[in-house]
Amino acid sequence: MNTLLLAMGDSPGIYLGWGVFTIQLGNLIIILTMLALFGLALVLPFPGSGGRK
Amino acid sequence: MTQDERLDREPDVHTWTGRARVWMLKKLPPDKLLPEDQPSYVASWIYVFGMGAIGSLLIVIASGVILSLNGPNWYHISALGHFVNSLHLWSVELMFLTMVVHLWGKFWMASWRGGRALTWITGVGSFAVSIVAAFTGYLLQTNFDSQWIAFEGKDALNASGIGAWFNVSNLGQMFMWHVTLLPLAVGAIVVLHVVLVRMRGVVPPIDAAATDSQLTGVPATATEPTEAKVN
Ligand code: HEM
Repeated sequence: MNTLLLAMGDSPGIYLGWGVFTIQLGNLIIILTMLALFGLALVLPFPGSGGRK
Repeated sequence: MTQDERLDREPDVHTWTGRARVWMLKKLPPDKLLPEDQPSYVASWIYVFGMGAIGSLLIVIASGVILSLNGPNWYHISALGHFVNSLHLWSVELMFLTMVVHLWGKFWMASWRGGRALTWITGVGSFAVSIVAAFTGYLLQTNFDSQWIAFEGKDALNASGIGAWFNVSNLGQMFMWHVTLLPLAVGAIVVLHVVLVRMRGVVPPIDAAATDSQLTGVPATATEPTEAKVN
């Protein structure tokens, strides 16, 4: 039943909490993905930039 | 003679169409609108996220058009309808994700420098209008989720005084906002944003040396408009 509700998008979702801090799992995943993309964009070399102005 | 001087001398410009043409060619000559080269500092992944947001927005609009043409009886029931509906949702997620990384990048580069305030402001505008568009989208799910969002949201909107007119529990009204006005608003402000980027050119890095050969013809500090003579 729970999986069905999740699949229908009508469930409250999964919440993680530390003390007073709570966050929905989906939101946490998105935030971590954005932070990872930001970090990677700064450190990964950009292809095809060698030798050109 | 520079192109500007040529434009200043253009004979016979006495109609508003002629004046508009001269003004537009001065502000945004074709080689600035569609350039072939960018300075070397643009060769970084951080500059890709603006285009990422545009790409996602195009998928959002295309999938949204398919949804509207077929209607809820199609996208809530058929398998293909579910797929296009999901494509619409996930391209919105991708757009916000890329938009936020883009915004972080521009924030830490202080990209509003050198007369680019309006670029930043239209960026803030894109963000704000996109949030309203996404909000009205969530109201169209016709499930408990959308009902919950509407009934939580209405209190805030009523408190601001706009709720009697912008009524989030009026499904028909929210549908119209979501499929006409808001997509047009997002599209228009994004176009303005990108045109402004092209007019000013990409902002030089904060620590770029004033003598950098790529910045020649540019005033001594990076805080001046890059194309000072044009603007
Ligand atoms: C729908 C949302 C948006 C789209 C489609 C978009 C698109 C773009 C594109 C394609 C560029 C040029 C390439 C690049 O640097 O990535 C750009 C530049 C820029 N964006 Fe955005 N943007 C959006 C939202 C924002 C937001 C939320 C902000 C900040 C509040 C912002 C601030 C800027 C600034 C300041 C520049 C100019 C950077 C420079 O001159 O070097 N944008 N945007």
